[in-house]
Amino acid sequence: MNNIIEIHDLHFAYKGNENGEEKEVLKGIDLNIREGEFLAVLGHNGSGKSTLAKHINAILLPTKGRVTVNGIDTADDSRLFELRQCAGMVFQNPDNQIVSSIVEEDVAFALENLGVPYEEMRKRVDDALKSVGMYEYRLHSPSQLSGGQKQRVAIAGVIAMSPKCIILDEPTAMLDPKGRREVMDTIRRMNREHGITIILITHYMDEAAACDRVIVMDEGRIVMDDIPPKVFSRVDEMKRIGLDVPQVTELVWQLRKSGCDISPEIISGEECVDAIMKLFKS
Amino acid sequence: MAILETQQLTYTYSIDTPFEKTAVDHVDLSINEGEIIGLMGHTGSGKSTLIQHFNGLLCPTSGKILLDGRDIWADKNKIRDVRFQVGLVFQYPEYQIFEETVFKDIAFGPKNMGLSDEEIKQRVLETAEDIGLSEELMERSPFELSGGQKRRVAIAGVMAMRPKVLILDEPTAGLDPAGRDQIFAQIKKYHERNKNTILIVSHSMEDIASFADRILVMNQGKLFCFDETVKVFARAEEIVKIGLDVPQITKVFLELKRRGLDFGKEVYTVDYAKELLLRHLKERGGL
Repeated sequence: MNNIIEIHDLHFAYKGNENGEEKEVLKGIDLNIREGEFLAVLGHNGSGKSTLAKHINAILLPTKGRVTVNGIDTADDSRLFELRQCAGMVFQNPDNQIVSSIVEEDVAFALENLGVPYEEMRKRVDDALKSVGMYEYRLHSPSQLSGGQKQRVAIAGVIAMSPKCIILDEPTAMLDPKGRREVMDTIRRMNREHGITIILITHYMDEAAACDRVIVMDEGRIVMDDIPPKVFSRVDEMKRIGLDVPQVTELVWQLRKSGCDISPEIISGEECVDAIMKLFKS
Repeated sequence: MAILETQQLTYTYSIDTPFEKTAVDHVDLSINEGEIIGLMGHTGSGKSTLIQHFNGLLCPTSGKILLDGRDIWADKNKIRDVRFQVGLVFQYPEYQIFEETVFKDIAFGPKNMGLSDEEIKQRVLETAEDIGLSEELMERSPFELSGGQKRRVAIAGVMAMRPKVLILDEPTAGLDPAGRDQIFAQIKKYHERNKNTILIVSHSMEDIASFADRILVMNQGKLFCFDETVKVFARAEEIVKIGLDVPQITKVFLELKRRGLDFGKEVYTVDYAKELLLRHLKERGGL
């Protein structure tokens, strides 16, 4: 598979305060993301994960190093529109990213800016709303929707641009469990059925556990990069950098410390049930 | 002894309009002094409307709220006193910070209560310590602080009023796991010092499970259940059906039971799960 995103030696420092001190937030990131991958980014607040995400669609530009998305250098100003069409972003607070008073107009907003012909726009908006399961609400006002529904509308707005990848920065942080499930199901479908590359920043370990690959950030660097069972089984390290592991991973880790013969690489409820059944049968 | 009680509490929005909606529907409940209560319910279940009644921000359409046995609306002019006794911390309270310094922001509530400067100072510093804000931050502008610190300043502002009942609406929303654990630990510390009643709204079942004495679940404006944590999570399937969640570990033990491995106990924390499994393994000589 091709790399859709290539990040090489990325450094970024925020312009300093009145004393002129700079704060380096990213300290040399090397990361390749393959087309169609479903990647989770974990890290405590201030670890640099949102700053990293903002480099992928050129909201921020590197102080040093290089980011390319689908072959486009994010620093290339002349290809900015092309880049943002290719990499869409969804933020944490649904209320901050909805601009219109009618759902379908909100989804059409970016297409209108690009001057897409009416017929095509109609089709792309309808398709996008159907794919996130919000088609029946196309004539509603966003203010009448729940948080989870609003986030799905925001995702539809990105989908309408037919992007190759979507970056979601804690899209479920403000939602209740039902809203979280709706949004996660939608994201997963976009990845499986449409082959869209997903970069999901999250604090929820169960969401990260469902991804193909997890990277963990700490102090502006990538400190782990592996499949979820491998990352989460490093319980001590995860805790040391202020992160959590799924409850079942913590349980098997504790059981192992007490001498049980059980695999440390368990991240889902089903795996845990199977392992405990085995433990009691032997 | 009951500190907060509701009797047939009902609240209807936009009465006599097409948007009329009963958000809280004949709710009876009683919260004891010193208890820690977890409040759950999906968006639109009526939990926010309910908590806004507890300190008199909303006046019931019908029914009563009793604080210390007295109807809070018996004398409308005294409703301000109720707000000193029942402190409400909203969601994302850091957006409500406005003072020049951290000290002044925390002192705002106590000052409005008409306390002496001496008393205000003592309360501000004591609360700051409980919530983990160091003394050198007191003269800084709250707007220079990190998001997590700002949130703690805002929470401290309400705590410093020493309310008999402290209500927090999703105090850990948007925080990372370490920030979340820290806030819970600090609220617990404050509770140990003051022995007051605490009500926490949260979507995180794992946190509620290890924190609360009793759990109150709202669904469609009605009281779905209000019981000890163990008993609430025993109804896992119903809880999931109404759009909520139960801890992952609880689901694992329910599935084990379905597959014939029944430990006869409800499990909702990792520590308890470990203890239970090890005990049973030893009994069977498997360890």
